[in-house]
Amino acid sequence: MDFLNSIILLTNFIIVPGITYGSQLALGAIGVTLIYGVLRFANFAYGDLMAFGTMIVILVTWFLQSKGITFGLLPTALLALPVGILLTIVVSLFFDKTVFEYYRNKKSDPVTFIVVSLGIMFVLNAVVRIIIGPNDINFMDGHKFIMKAREFKKMTGLNEGLALKSTQVITLITTIITCSILFYFLNKTKTGKSMRAYSNNEDLALLSGIDPKKIVLLTWIIVSILATVAGTLYGLDKSFKPFTYFNNLLPIFAATIVGGIGNPLGAFYGGFLIAFSEIGLTYAYKKFFKYIMPEGLEPSTLIQFISTDYKFAISFAILIVVLIFRPNGIFKGKVI
Amino acid sequence: MINNSDFKICFSVMTVLTILVGLFQSWGIALSMLNLCLISAVMAMGVNIQWGLAGLINFGVMGFLAIGGLATILVSVPPVPEAWSAGGLGILISGLFLVAIVFSVLIINKKIPNHKYKNYFIFFIIILSIPLLKFIAGPSISKIESINAATSGFLGGANLPIIFSWFVGAILCALVAFVVGKVCLGLRSDYLAISTLLVSGIIITIVKHEEWLSRGVKNVIGLKRPVPYEVDLQNSEWFIKLVEFFNSSRLSNILDPDEKISLLNQLVITSSGVFVKLCFSLIFLVVVITILYFSEKALNSPWGRMMRAIRDNEEAAKAMGKNVVKQHLFIFMLGSAIIGFAGAMLVTYDGLFTPSSYQPLRYTFLIWVMVLLGGTGNNYGAILGGFVVWFIWIQSAPFALLVINIFTNHLDETNYIKEHLLNSVPYFRYLMMGLGLLLVMRYRPKGLLPEKIIKN
Repeated sequence: MDFLNSIILLTNFIIVPGITYGSQLALGAIGVTLIYGVLRFANFAYGDLMAFGTMIVILVTWFLQSKGITFGLLPTALLALPVGILLTIVVSLFFDKTVFEYYRNKKSDPVTFIVVSLGIMFVLNAVVRIIIGPNDINFMDGHKFIMKAREFKKMTGLNEGLALKSTQVITLITTIITCSILFYFLNKTKTGKSMRAYSNNEDLALLSGIDPKKIVLLTWIIVSILATVAGTLYGLDKSFKPFTYFNNLLPIFAATIVGGIGNPLGAFYGGFLIAFSEIGLTYAYKKFFKYIMPEGLEPSTLIQFISTDYKFAISFAILIVVLIFRPNGIFKGKVI
Repeated sequence: MINNSDFKICFSVMTVLTILVGLFQSWGIALSMLNLCLISAVMAMGVNIQWGLAGLINFGVMGFLAIGGLATILVSVPPVPEAWSAGGLGILISGLFLVAIVFSVLIINKKIPNHKYKNYFIFFIIILSIPLLKFIAGPSISKIESINAATSGFLGGANLPIIFSWFVGAILCALVAFVVGKVCLGLRSDYLAISTLLVSGIIITIVKHEEWLSRGVKNVIGLKRPVPYEVDLQNSEWFIKLVEFFNSSRLSNILDPDEKISLLNQLVITSSGVFVKLCFSLIFLVVVITILYFSEKALNSPWGRMMRAIRDNEEAAKAMGKNVVKQHLFIFMLGSAIIGFAGAMLVTYDGLFTPSSYQPLRYTFLIWVMVLLGGTGNNYGAILGGFVVWFIWIQSAPFALLVINIFTNHLDETNYIKEHLLNSVPYFRYLMMGLGLLLVMRYRPKGLLPEKIIKN
């Protein structure tokens, strides 16, 4: 019984939140890695692109709600998602046409791209804050819990409860769908293969008649979809605040580099690695050990590796370790 | 230096902006803008040394500024004896432990030849040391934080004049930059940008959450000043005489003695504020000119030429026998020290230390905009960038207000869009910054004052 309790405890506090947060990071990291692979720069405006997409989704959600349209048990934001994705694509393509294309044609160095993406970051930051304000917004509606901790306790008769929020399940399902479509596209279709070829060796791809404009266009479309979906899922699960979205850029970058920059599958695993280490290392295991240790041997301290305040430090530490031991990332980077 | 055209541009822009604000708004606002411009100029010079001279991307400016700010507390705040007696020993022991860990890692790294498992061993030591450190320091930290939690709850500082803290901040930053540089400087440009950004995030978290050190989010207010206080000025004979002297024509027009005294009082109060800011301006100006002088000297010395050679062609410089790694580390430390100096200046000027106010947009990327806009690799450019960008940053809210009012003039006061726009006026400065950066990068990619290389 104690053993079961301890398993449930870990599931409730580490595994379920880890999978949710990991999925959100993974979606974000795949976006960053695709930009890096195809367009060859680290996009610092990505966090704010996520915030922009989410903002559109929130605005449409409010509009739908004011018209009395909801999505039943599911959050209305899912209905608003296509509009958000569409507008984010428009914005990405606009910035690509007005800003990035010029530097791409000039073949500027990666640093110039980073600096330019900082400019776009400032602009998007301002736009989001001017339109929706800097405050916390909770736009989750519909059914909140699939299973409450109390119900679970009653059902199983265990001491520990297992709560399952509907946003967690939605996040997981959406991530599975998005990633399977994406990996199918990249690995099986001709366009996806040409994208990988372009990322792998630009000159060779051009020689084989791959249209670079089409590849760039496609990349921005995929990236915008991923950014909006990841942003909306994060906002549904926690809440929407422009500043948090900017801060999320750091674990996303860490996940990207850990997985091998330019490698989507690596970014996917990197997201989960970062999420699980952040949650696993900041969790206080006292209660867990109480269940599994024999009586009298229970720990008196919290058994917490590092306090929750230092969540960021963990993603950084992992990043440094990976960069020292495997400079190309855990999975071989620079290849889509 | 004076004959330099860049110098003239810099100086005239500086003067014109200050005088314009002084005439149209007030001299108090003009001087506080000038002061923050000067501080920004120091920060921009620090980044410019790293980026313009050596081509190192440091997105960790915010972290070094915070360390400089922390130094003001460690130096100037009076110590808290109760806290020291309660937990000082524990903190000292854990500090020694930390130093021992760092040294043992360094020694292992240097002495043991490249063994397969060396890195794993170092990694293991670091991982083990974290819980140990927590175990050693934990009890004393909670003791210190529980003493007078509302008013102190931290160890305090050394009770020295605050001006020392500027140098201490610089030294602390150089030390941190040494460690960061050892780990990160080998990375490629974009990796370096990301990892320094992460480091600055960690530094801010430490400053925010280690309350025994910095009071964390509870802030430290009422720091010392290197200049006189307004209240003391208002009560001192010579200052009142000075104000009387400067306003003698205005005062002599008033015949009624009571009215004269009340006007004089008012003048003394407003001019005491201006006087304090003027003192700050003078000190900051001395700092800016000193750093500028030495950077210009360095830039045109053989060392500066070597740095530029390393920046422009690392391989060639290596082939000529220059130690690129060592020079990169040195310049990273130097630039970070200047940034830390500026951070301490900023906190001294504000008179308070608020860790939660450090945000990357304002304290890292804005400084970068200054450098890029002003002119990479040119110290005058960095100063000009500091001035122009800070001016735009401060003045864009009133400007946006004006524009919004013109465009929404026909709408009534309760109109939803108008109200919403008026509420979001502060965020227009981000928009201005972004557009400014994009335009400069497109049409003047080398900045307003491009780098000039003297060929002799």
